[in-house]
Amino acid sequence: MTLRFFSTAFRNLQRTVVGLALASSLSAWAQFRVEVSGVGLTQLPIAVATFRGDDAAPQKIAAIIRADLERSGQFRTIDSATSVIDEVARPEAATWRQKGADSLVTGSVTRLADGRYDVRFRLWDVVKPQGQDLGGQSFPVPQGDLRLAAHRISDIIYEKLTGEKGIFSTRLAYVTKAAQRYNLWVADSDGENAQTALTSPEPIISPAWSPNGAQLAYVSFESRKPVVYAHDVATGKRRLIANFRGSNSAPVWSPDGHTLAVTLSRDGGSQLYTIDANGGEPRRLIQSGSIDTEPVYSPDGKTIFFVSDRGGAPQVYRTTATGGNVDRVTFTGGYNISPAVSPDGRWLAYISRVNGAFKLHVMELATGTTNAITDTTADESPSFAPNGRLIVYATQQQGKEALMTSTLDGKIKARLGGQSGDIREPDWGPFQKP
Amino acid sequence: MRRILLAVGVAALMAGCSSAVKLDSVPVEDKSGTPISGTDGQNAAGGAAKSGVTGVDLGKSGQDAINAAGPRIVYFDYDSFVIKPEYQAIIEAHSRVIKADKTRKVAIEGHTDERGGREYNLALGQKRAEAVRKAMGLLGVTDSQVEAVSFGKEKPAAQGSDEASLAKNRRAEISYR
Repeated sequence: MTLRFFSTAFRNLQRTVVGLALASSLSAWAQFRVEVSGVGLTQLPIAVATFRGDDAAPQKIAAIIRADLERSGQFRTIDSATSVIDEVARPEAATWRQKGADSLVTGSVTRLADGRYDVRFRLWDVVKPQGQDLGGQSFPVPQGDLRLAAHRISDIIYEKLTGEKGIFSTRLAYVTKAAQRYNLWVADSDGENAQTALTSPEPIISPAWSPNGAQLAYVSFESRKPVVYAHDVATGKRRLIANFRGSNSAPVWSPDGHTLAVTLSRDGGSQLYTIDANGGEPRRLIQSGSIDTEPVYSPDGKTIFFVSDRGGAPQVYRTTATGGNVDRVTFTGGYNISPAVSPDGRWLAYISRVNGAFKLHVMELATGTTNAITDTTADESPSFAPNGRLIVYATQQQGKEALMTSTLDGKIKARLGGQSGDIREPDWGPFQKP
Repeated sequence: MRRILLAVGVAALMAGCSSAVKLDSVPVEDKSGTPISGTDGQNAAGGAAKSGVTGVDLGKSGQDAINAAGPRIVYFDYDSFVIKPEYQAIIEAHSRVIKADKTRKVAIEGHTDERGGREYNLALGQKRAEAVRKAMGLLGVTDSQVEAVSFGKEKPAAQGSDEASLAKNRRAEISYR
């Protein structure tokens, strides 16, 4: 059963929340491991009631939705955990308005006779005097997809209220190291619900999602040297992409999925090549006497950003997809690496060494305006969410490796859950087909 | 299976190597003169008995030459791939061993300390490995016998973030395969 949304545009709810207003919700943020810094944030106040049946369900649907919305940076959740309201009830709009909410989410999770669960929700505009039903939906899912159902609900709410696609039902890849075992994981966008794609006694680095989200390319050291594989996530089937003499590393897919750019040392030095995704002979992209590595395609596939020490220190450069003109992109600082381009092509995230600290920076490509957006000192491997609103990156907190998400302005950060032990090398997957 | 055994063997060699590393010194290994088994007691009691047998392990053929060549690790300064003069002797010793047996295959494994990105460190480690390979080439070592590969910062020899640990991790290891 699908309850259809009204098509009413609902985008003018944005309010400016300043300073102390944030403090009241800090305990809720701590619970979700979300950090907020800075003032003048524009966030939508939303209440997510506890779903009827949440207490008995194996996954707490409302809590997952609240955490998703908080992490996005676009929402401020109003304390509502003690209210249980299902999607059939008509809520008292005035009550929620008084609590400061502009919107309210209600719902239920019910175990079906066949063992599946029916997750339903409804979204209310509680600014309207009597409250306006903005529609809802039903997701009959197996138990293993309960979190996915919650993330899909978050996506729908996010899109309905911000006008942009949500990324909560997308997937992350990351690597852990624990007890001398390396694991490549595929997890929900909040880092939870991780499943192992590969386990190895040797390091795994640089996972990169294919544009359709079906495959991961990565570098594995299982044969005592770096070799690039492509790995079908659903079947576990692996194939060699680059196993040439010397080191093979830094795989990245072209936006059409037909080509991979890689770094090979087969002809001496770390140099950029492109390889057909179905295999075959690598084509040299650029020839230099320097380190050229970490290629990444622009979203239109026409430009490749990469890191080179041709100027004496590592900086980000760009060239065409066929290795034409090379021009320098980063000019500030003596060590700029690991570029990532936002899906709209506007922003470049990269790691810059500042006074010995490695910090995530975001540059507006059109103007060159650059901001450091973290307080940490060992940031690595930034990757944009497919809607371009969040960046996931690896860092260290209190000497332990952690994965974080941040809004592009650095004001909302969340530490992702997931596996214990050392955790690193995140790559944010593409939008999933529903 | 052969590949796994080889990997285990190499890993054992590496382990022997790194456990011998002391602060501020290059590792020295001396495995020569160790009998394979069974003769110790006879030798200890009143000299070598006439019935004593000295075993030869063909599986270790040439190992003495490798061991005699001495340390197998070249250390580098931060962000540098320049071979310092004090390591030239190590490279020369191993070049002689490699040139003496054209069937010998060697990997030069470049490593970095923990600072900075994984991929850029992989490239930097590659540069270190290739610097050693090129130095061997200048000494007449056949290029096809030597493969330069990098582990970047993924396989530190020493844990810890103090400068002494970091210095031990910025290295190229000569690994016989």
